[in-house]
Amino acid sequence: MDADAPPLLAVRDLTIALPVGGRMVTIVDSVSFTLGAREILGIVGESGSGKSMTALALMGLIDAPGARITGSARFKGRELVGLPQRAFRTLRGREIAMIFQDPMTAFTPVYTVGWQIDEQIRAHGRVTRKDARVRTIRLLGDMGVPDPARVADRYPHQLSGGLRQRAMIAMALSCNPSLLIADEPTTALDVTVQAQILDLLRRLRREYGSSVLLITHDMGVVAETCDRTMVLYSGTIAERGPTGAVFARPGHPYTAALLDSIPPLHGARPARLPSIPGSPPAPADRPAGCPFAPRCGYAHDACAVRPPLLPRGVQDIACVLPAEGRDLPARCVSA
Amino acid sequence: MAMAVLRRLGQTLFVLFGISVLVFLVFFATPGADPTARIAGRNASPQTIARVRVEYGFDRPLPVQYVRMMEKLFVTRDLTSYVNRGELVVPEVFQAAPVTVSLVTGAALIWVLASVAMGTLAAALRGTWVDRGLMMLGLVGISIPVFWLGQVANLLTQSRYHDSWLFSWVPGLGYVPFTQDPLGWFRALVIPWVTLAVLFVGIYSRVLRADLVAVRGEDFMRTARAKGLSPARVLLFHGLRTSMMTFVSLFGLDFAQLVGGGALLTEVVFGLQGVGRLTYQALGNLDLPLIMATVMYSAVFVVIANAVVDMLYLLLDPRVRDGRA
Amino acid sequence: MTAPLIEAQSLRMEYRVGRGQVLRALDGVSLAVRPGEVLGLVGESGCGKSTLGRCLLRLARPTAGRVIFDGTDITALPERTLRPLRQGMQMVFQDSYASLNPRRRIGELIAEPLRVHRDGQGRRRTAGDIAARLAELLDLVGLPQAALARYPHEFSGGQRQRINIARALALSPRLVVADEPVSALDVSIQAQIVNLFMDLRDRLGLTYVFVAHDLAVVRQISTRVAVMYLGAIVELGDADTVLHSPAHPYTAALIAAVPEPVVSPDGDRAPPLRGDVPSPIAPPPGCRFHTRCPIAQDRCRTDPPVLRDPGDGRQVACHFPLESSA
Repeated sequence: MDADAPPLLAVRDLTIALPVGGRMVTIVDSVSFTLGAREILGIVGESGSGKSMTALALMGLIDAPGARITGSARFKGRELVGLPQRAFRTLRGREIAMIFQDPMTAFTPVYTVGWQIDEQIRAHGRVTRKDARVRTIRLLGDMGVPDPARVADRYPHQLSGGLRQRAMIAMALSCNPSLLIADEPTTALDVTVQAQILDLLRRLRREYGSSVLLITHDMGVVAETCDRTMVLYSGTIAERGPTGAVFARPGHPYTAALLDSIPPLHGARPARLPSIPGSPPAPADRPAGCPFAPRCGYAHDACAVRPPLLPRGVQDIACVLPAEGRDLPARCVSA
Repeated sequence: MAMAVLRRLGQTLFVLFGISVLVFLVFFATPGADPTARIAGRNASPQTIARVRVEYGFDRPLPVQYVRMMEKLFVTRDLTSYVNRGELVVPEVFQAAPVTVSLVTGAALIWVLASVAMGTLAAALRGTWVDRGLMMLGLVGISIPVFWLGQVANLLTQSRYHDSWLFSWVPGLGYVPFTQDPLGWFRALVIPWVTLAVLFVGIYSRVLRADLVAVRGEDFMRTARAKGLSPARVLLFHGLRTSMMTFVSLFGLDFAQLVGGGALLTEVVFGLQGVGRLTYQALGNLDLPLIMATVMYSAVFVVIANAVVDMLYLLLDPRVRDGRA
Repeated sequence: MTAPLIEAQSLRMEYRVGRGQVLRALDGVSLAVRPGEVLGLVGESGCGKSTLGRCLLRLARPTAGRVIFDGTDITALPERTLRPLRQGMQMVFQDSYASLNPRRRIGELIAEPLRVHRDGQGRRRTAGDIAARLAELLDLVGLPQAALARYPHEFSGGQRQRINIARALALSPRLVVADEPVSALDVSIQAQIVNLFMDLRDRLGLTYVFVAHDLAVVRQISTRVAVMYLGAIVELGDADTVLHSPAHPYTAALIAAVPEPVVSPDGDRAPPLRGDVPSPIAPPPGCRFHTRCPIAQDRCRTDPPVLRDPGDGRQVACHFPLESSA
C-alpha cells in the first residue's frame, strides 16, 4: 500500500454551531484530525465536550433547524460538510456506520433484530429476503452471538444487553463499512460484558479491516482499545497523539488531571483523590482564552489567549506549557 | 398467547354481566314504576296483568326477574316494547344495527385513511405551511358540529343543487340495504360517512402528528436514519408503526361508542333508522324493554371493541405480548 | 466488637413479574455494618445491590428476613413508628436531578426535612434554627450560600449531587445509603464527590452503605466490600483483602474486566468472562455463577455454596475459592 495515500477520513477545522435562544452557540470549535485505514481513534471527553456532535456531523445526522456546520471532513476524498442528504444516505450504513450507547433504545422495539439487520442489507443492495437473512445470521455468528438463527427471530427486549449490542454491531457491519463510529458503545453495559464488546471491536479491525472512531468518556476504555487518542474539552481539542504516549506523558493539564482523578484499582489508595475543581463551562459561557484555564492549576497570564494546537514530540497539545519549556511530569505507570 | 386470549374472553363476559345487572337494576328495580303494568299496556285486563307478572317473574325475587329478562333478551328474544304493544324489541334492534354498522364502518374507513395520510404528511413536513395548513384544517373539522355540517350537506345536495350535475346522483334521505342494492347503499351513505368522519379526521390526524413528532427524537429513529434508509421508510416503517398505539386505542373506543349509538346526530340528520335513533326514541317514550335491549347491544360492542384493541396491541407491540409493557 | 448500626438477616425480596413468574431480587442476604464503616456493595445489573440498599432503609419492604437498625427491628414497623427512626438513616440517589423538585428553591428543598421532623427535644424548629442549619449544611457540602435562592436546573450535575447530600444530612443521620451517587457524573466531577463523601464521614462520623458498579470508586471509599451476583452475596470482607486478592472467581473476573487508564505493553487482554448475567427470574441451579465461571466443576452445577470463611476473616460463597496471592 502507498504510505502517502490520503487517510480514510481527514477532518479539518470542523465547527458546529447551533442556535440557542436566538444566538448561535459554537458546540464544536475547529476540530481537526485524521483517521487512517484500520485505525482505532478514541475521542474522549466529558458531557458537553462536543464528541457526540462531531460524530453526528460526520454521519450527516444533525438536523436541528439552523445548525451551521463549517470546515471540512473528507471521507475517501469526498467532502462530507455540506453534502446533500440524498448523497449522505448512500454513505450512511454502507460506507460509514454507527453504533449507539444504549442498544435497547437504539433498536426499533416492534421488529425482530434479524428483520432490522435484513432491512439495512436490503437498503444498500439488490438482495433477496432470503439471502439477506443468510448474511444476517452469519454476521450475528461472527459477532459471537450463540445460536444466531434463533436470536435473529427475537425482539430487542427479549435479548440481554450484551447480545443486543452484538446485534447492533452486526447491523452496523452488515454492509462492510470502511468507517465505524461507536458512540459510547459500552457505557450502558456491565463491566464484564464491556470487556467482551471491546474485545470484539479490536477484532473487527483485524477481520473486517474497518477503521473505528470510538467516542467515550472512559479513559480506561480508550487505553485498552485505541491506537490514537484525541482529548476534547469544551468543544476544542486539548491534546491528541498515540494512546501510549498520551497516557504515559499527558501534555495537557486537563488530560493529566483527568487521569489523576480516576481512583486506582491497584496499589496504595490515596487519602484524597486529586480532583479538578469546578465543572466544564456550558457551551454558551466558554471563556475567551484557554477553555480549561478557570479550572487549571497551571493557569497564568498567557492562558488568556486561546493556545493553538502545537506538536510536541509525537503529540499535539493545545497548551502554552510545552512552549514555555514547562512540560508536565510523566505519570508513574503501575499496572 | 392462547392463554391471554382466553383470559381476555373471560373478562369480557364478566364485564357484560356486570353491565346487564346494572342496567336491569336501574330500569326494573327502581321503585315507583310497576313494570308489569307497563308491559301489559293501558287498560289491560287483570288476567293479562297476572299473565305478564308470571311470565316475567315480577312476583318472584329480583335474581329470578333478572334471569327471566336475560332469557327473554338473549334466548327466546320475545321481549316486547311498552309503547308499540306486541312489537318485539330484539328484532327491532337487529333491524337498526346494520344501518348504524354501515354508517360507522364507512366513516371509520374514511377517517382512518384520511387521518393517517394527513398526520403523516404533516409530521413529515413539520414546520412548513403544509403542516400548519393541515393542522388548521383538522382544528376546523373538530370545531364544526356534526348536525350543522349534515344539514348544510343536505341543503346543498338535497335541495339547492340537487338538480345540478354535481349532486344529481345523490338519492333522497334514508337507508338502502346493501343486500338489496350495493350501489344504492353506497350512494345513500357516502355523504353521511364523510360528515361523520370529519370530526374524527381532525382529532386523529392531530394525535398522530403529535405522536410522530415525539417519536422522531427516539434513539431508534436515529438508528434507522444512520442505516441509510430513505426518509419515507424511516417515517413509515419505524415512526408510524411505533406511534400507532394511541391511535389504535382511541379508534377502538370511538368506533365502539359510535356503533353503540353515538352516531345519533348523524342518523337523525340523514334520516337513517339506526341504533342511536332507536335508543333516543326509546328514552323519549321511556320504553324500558327497548332501552334494555339497546343498552345491552351497545355494551356488547364497547366491550368487544376493547377486546379487539387489546388483541391489536398484542399484534402491534411484541413487548405487550411478553407482558413487559 | 461494637454492635452493628444496620443489619440484614436472610433478606429475601421477590417481585411477581406476571405469568406466575417470580423475580428473586434478593435471595437470603445477610450482612452487618458497624458504626463508622463504609460498606461498598458492588455487582452488575440485576445483582440486587440497589434493592438491598432500599430494603436496608425500609424504602422497600422485604418479602422475608429482618432489617435491624441500631438494635430496633424495622422490618415490619408501620410508617408512623418508622418516621422518627428515618431521621437517622438517609439515602442519596444516582439521578441528582430527578430527586430534586424542579419548581422549588434549593433552600426550601434542603429545609424540607427540617420542617417535617421535630428536633431532638421534640420541638418544632424555628425559622432561625432552620436558617442556621441551612448555612451550616451548605458549608459542609461546599456550596455558596447564594445557592439557597436558586433552582435545581441552575446547577451542574456535581453541584446538584452536593445539594442532595446536604438534604440527606439535614437531620444529622448516622447512616447514609448512597445508590450509585457518582455514576451519572463526569469523571472530573466524580472525584470531587467521592472526596466529599470521605470528608463528611471523617467530620461527622457517618456510616455509609455505598452502592456502585464502579470497582475503583468502591475501592477508594469502602472499608469493607460485599460483591453480589444474582441476588446473593458471593464475597464479603475488608476492601483491601477482597479487591487485592479476591477469593471468588466472580470478584476476580469483575476486577480483571475493569479497563484501566494505563496502556499495557503486553497487548490486548482477553475478556475475563463469557456471556451475560443470567436472568434473575430463572437463576442457574447450584452455584449461580457456574454458567460463567472459568473454574466450575461438576459439584458447582448442583450444590449451591454457602458463605464461609476461608481462613482470613472474609466470607466467600465458593466451593473452590482462589488462593490468596498476597
